[in-house]
Amino acid sequence: MNLLEARGVSKAYRTFSLVGATKAKPVLNDISMQIAAGETVALLGRSGCGKSTLARLLVGLERPDGGDILFGERSLTSLDKAGWRNLRKTVQMVFQDPLGAVNARSTVKDIIAEPLNYLCGLTGQAAAERVRDLLSSVGLNWAEANKFPHQLSGGQLQRVCIARALAPDPKLIILDEAVSNLDLHLQIQMLDLFEELRRTKNVSYLFVTHDLRLVEKFCVRVLVMDQGRIVEETPVSGSLAFSSAEGRALSAAVLPPMPRQLLAAGS
Amino acid sequence: MTSSTLAIEGISVETARHGSPLVLVDNVSLILGAGEVLALVGANGSGKSLTCAASLDVLPPGTRMTSGSVSIDGSVLQRSMLRARHIATIMQNPRSAFNPVRTMQEHARETLSALGIPKAEGDQRILQAIRASGLDEPERLLRLHSFEMSGGMLQRMMIALALATEAPFLFADEPTTDLDLIVQREILDLLDHLKRERRLGILLVTHDMGVVAKLADRVAVMDGGRIVETAPVADIFLAPRHVTTQRLVEAHLSLYNLSGVAA
Ligand SMILES: Nc1ncnc2c1ncn2[C@@H]1O[C@H](COP(=O)(O)OP(=O)(O)O)[C@@H](O)[C@H]1O
Ligand SMILES: Nc1ncnc2c1ncn2[C@@H]1O[C@H](COP(=O)(O)OP(=O)(O)O)[C@@H](O)[C@H]1O
Ligand SMILES: [Mg+2]
Ligand SMILES: [Mg+2]
Repeated sequence: MNLLEARGVSKAYRTFSLVGATKAKPVLNDISMQIAAGETVALLGRSGCGKSTLARLLVGLERPDGGDILFGERSLTSLDKAGWRNLRKTVQMVFQDPLGAVNARSTVKDIIAEPLNYLCGLTGQAAAERVRDLLSSVGLNWAEANKFPHQLSGGQLQRVCIARALAPDPKLIILDEAVSNLDLHLQIQMLDLFEELRRTKNVSYLFVTHDLRLVEKFCVRVLVMDQGRIVEETPVSGSLAFSSAEGRALSAAVLPPMPRQLLAAGS
Repeated sequence: MTSSTLAIEGISVETARHGSPLVLVDNVSLILGAGEVLALVGANGSGKSLTCAASLDVLPPGTRMTSGSVSIDGSVLQRSMLRARHIATIMQNPRSAFNPVRTMQEHARETLSALGIPKAEGDQRILQAIRASGLDEPERLLRLHSFEMSGGMLQRMMIALALATEAPFLFADEPTTDLDLIVQREILDLLDHLKRERRLGILLVTHDMGVVAKLADRVAVMDGGRIVETAPVADIFLAPRHVTTQRLVEAHLSLYNLSGVAA
């Protein structure tokens, strides 16, 4: 069964120009896609193509103008309070900008404990222990637990957001460029952690990115998006070969493994 | 653009943590020549941005420089005089560099008038610089606000402002980290072009060895506030000496399913 599914989803935003006229700009156009349990799906596309908008629709932060989002077999529009709570617990999201995603006046400990309290009913010592485990799983020390967001580096804060997303034991995590700002050791460490959770707990991922190198490493299926549409869907096997123009443009922009002079020398 | 060598010498930066001083940047020296790209690489928190900030006298509150100097062609300059005049800067999040209620024209005029450049000359320079940065319709662009522009356009605009100052050196702190691959490639190609055509000397701060592979001539590796290795780019990839460098290269190559050349 699919964990989450988009059926013919579209979305437009009104833009307000200075002269007062408003026009709706289409951002998503007839998008259909599914994520099954234990699957790691990449959503690949250049910036502005609509990836984050689709991610927000999938978790119910915004509503589509047309089409439907399904959680299991139920449309998000039909969820009651318990249904929403279940969605929040089952599907977690990590955003690109960690500073915008946390309460600046909460400590790290409280940020991670929040979903434990309100989605899992965990408090006190039990919650504290879980926070400690979560911090260590993302490679942070207990020493960071009482700090405030502005006292952490961007990479540390992003890992706090990842820990918070892992807190309620979700079945699907949407990673919206969530590792792109980490340095490579940490990116690989996070991907290893995600992979382990996939293996041991059958967690699924929607991995929103523009970095093909990570897609090849981490995902089994890739959706290529261009101007609000999904233009290609390909399984990842060995090295990726795209047939769409956009897929090819994205793979042509991958950074070189070695300096040109070394590649040319055949090293 | 006649200056040929920028030397950052013995920069140290510290902060106070739990009442005692903590060294964040430890005696860092770098030399940057005209027409070269020196990549400053290292993990998050290794001190790359603070090194740049200290060199330009723009350290964030809570940190202070305890030693060091910056000289151009052998003469030590007051650090606060370096910014824009000798060293232009672009950074990771170009959006945060622009005031959302001001137009690009207002930003350009403010930058250039601070350097004492007459308005007419400044306006002329910025039009040329915008074209040189690969943006079309400069007159129209100058009327826009940052919220009306994409991240890639804003980064090009930052580069245009940098070019308009005619500073011989550019500090680029993670300039493409927030951009998608396609825009990243265009911006890196642009920087490469400016290095060759204008002999711009670029200090490129990055954590991505792919960016290093594409653009750098020389590489300085930073770890825990110190420079642990400086070498030509080919040596960094083929024969990294320090364990920090070896790990950076190894992790990078594993992304391509290549193993390290280094033993
Ligand atoms: N809240 C919003 N209001 C108006 N336009 C928006 C909003 N969110 C996104 N957009 C526009 O929708 C398009 C797609 O944006 P986004 O989904 O963020 O793309 P991506 O994540 O692929 O970079 C962009 O042109 C963006 O400017
Ligand atoms: N304003 C500040 N006050 C105290 N410590 C800081 C401040 N800014 C940065 N630091 C610390 O200095 C170290 C180096 O930071 P930075 O130069 O930003 O690293 P990089 O750019 O290499 O990621 C980090 O450990 C960071 O936490
Ligand atoms: Mg996005
Ligand atoms: Mg930095």
